[in-house]
Amino acid sequence: MAYSEKVIDHYSNPRNVGTLDKSKTEVGTGLVGAPECGDVMRLQIEVDPETHIIQDAKFKTFGCGSAIASSSLATEWLKGKTVDQALEIDNMDIVEELSLPPVKIHCSVLAEDAIRAAINDYRIKNGLAPLEEKAHLH
Amino acid sequence: MLKLPVYLDSNATTRMDNRVLEAMLPFFTEDFGNAASRNHPYGWKAEEAIDYAREQIAKLIGSSEKEIIFTSGATESNNLAIKGIAEMYATKGNHIITAVTEHKAVLDTCKHLEKQGLQVTYLSVNGEGLIDLGELAAALTPQTILVSIMFANNEIGVIQPISEIARLTHAAGALFHTDATQAVGKVPVDVEAMGIDLMSFTAHKMYGPKGVGALYVRRKNPRVKVTAQMDGGGHERGMRSGTLNVPGIVGLGKAAEICRTEMESETKRISELRDYLETSLLKLPESYVNGSREHRLPNVSNISFKYVEGEGLMMGIKDLAVSSGSACTSASLEPSYVLKCLGLSDDLAHSSLRFGLSRYTTKEEIDFAIECVEKAVVQLREMSPLWEMFQDGVDLSTVQWAAH
Repeated sequence: MAYSEKVIDHYSNPRNVGTLDKSKTEVGTGLVGAPECGDVMRLQIEVDPETHIIQDAKFKTFGCGSAIASSSLATEWLKGKTVDQALEIDNMDIVEELSLPPVKIHCSVLAEDAIRAAINDYRIKNGLAPLEEKAHLH
Repeated sequence: MLKLPVYLDSNATTRMDNRVLEAMLPFFTEDFGNAASRNHPYGWKAEEAIDYAREQIAKLIGSSEKEIIFTSGATESNNLAIKGIAEMYATKGNHIITAVTEHKAVLDTCKHLEKQGLQVTYLSVNGEGLIDLGELAAALTPQTILVSIMFANNEIGVIQPISEIARLTHAAGALFHTDATQAVGKVPVDVEAMGIDLMSFTAHKMYGPKGVGALYVRRKNPRVKVTAQMDGGGHERGMRSGTLNVPGIVGLGKAAEICRTEMESETKRISELRDYLETSLLKLPESYVNGSREHRLPNVSNISFKYVEGEGLMMGIKDLAVSSGSACTSASLEPSYVLKCLGLSDDLAHSSLRFGLSRYTTKEEIDFAIECVEKAVVQLREMSPLWEMFQDGVDLSTVQWAAH
């Protein structure tokens, strides 16, 4: 399978690989996917409690090149956004940016799920109501 | 300078030996005769070449030259053997025994016959990929006409106890077929000593051309016959019609001769390189060899790297031409059924690589391969949340995964 240049770039030079301290209240952690499905994504955000701006984002992904690239790109996009702005990131934006083929769209869906899961974790930790489930049209 | 990507997929196919090509060339042009033309020297020359190839092949497998039926390759040989026996011996019985780790050419042929009403037993394998002889003995019935068990597996290289299988099969009055595609030319194969009644093999796995193979069919003790699966001129003792592929057969013959004369030294060199590759890669923590290491072809190593995803791994080693148990590299999404039969979980099956060495593999290439795989595995693990959880002592089987 031919990967796009951007996927190869993120795979070869992943941005923001790492781990934030998940015990901190300002850190939200999202872990999505399952090993037997071939994709597990962990995405973490560190939010400024005053401004609600995401100051740092880290990921670790077990998956194919497209899954790695999707999560790497997501961390880039998250930094500097407010939590509400982050929720607007749509999986199709990732598909477009990385030129993902149809069989790899699920990687972008997983990245969007990871973002929402991380935000949810942050909201729950800080006494906010969890987000409503979003239905995907796969 | 290394030629990239480094080819380590010799269980898929091998590079043709130049000596084989040279032997074949005249039969495309000057000596282009039809081996069935009895009336002129063009035909005689072709027939002579075919006869010589039969001798070369017979010597490699310990048969008589009259017992070689030429086909288009191992898939056809497997079809001809299994369907041909089922048809020829239909009045004797309607039961066939095979194993779950067989190649699709055998499994799908058996499934085809099942649809036509035949009974098929699929023997399981243990964690090493070996069938259980007790299970085979228990499965044999007076209705059993054929046992078809591969000599060596194409994914893990595991060699089945062929002589013992033949003995049990014959004691029950059935015939024994083996798909020896991966074994012929790589390890000693002797149809007489091993009690093989039918055997499939092909040229392109042993440095010969693609599109030509053979089926060994025993002529005495007992005399075995298969019903032809194509109608035509009655070539190959009536078992396989079609004008013989003279250059291809000459190539198969030459390839067989080279394998026979060089097997001993070649096996030593290749297995040493394979062992070096394997020991080096096993230094990576949480890496496992799939299948028996004792009963195995000398040129194969199948290794799983835990906590690394297969397709991601393949992308990281793009300078190596290897096969993966990972589905995503092939058309289907299912991981290797062979590895799953060994009891591997989906994720471990996905993260496996098959290294197939050949006559042309060099130490320099193996060093390069080791470096590539080590680098990719280490990098991907640094990126893997599963590796981090494992390092932190988290039991991954207890994690509630958010199903996607």
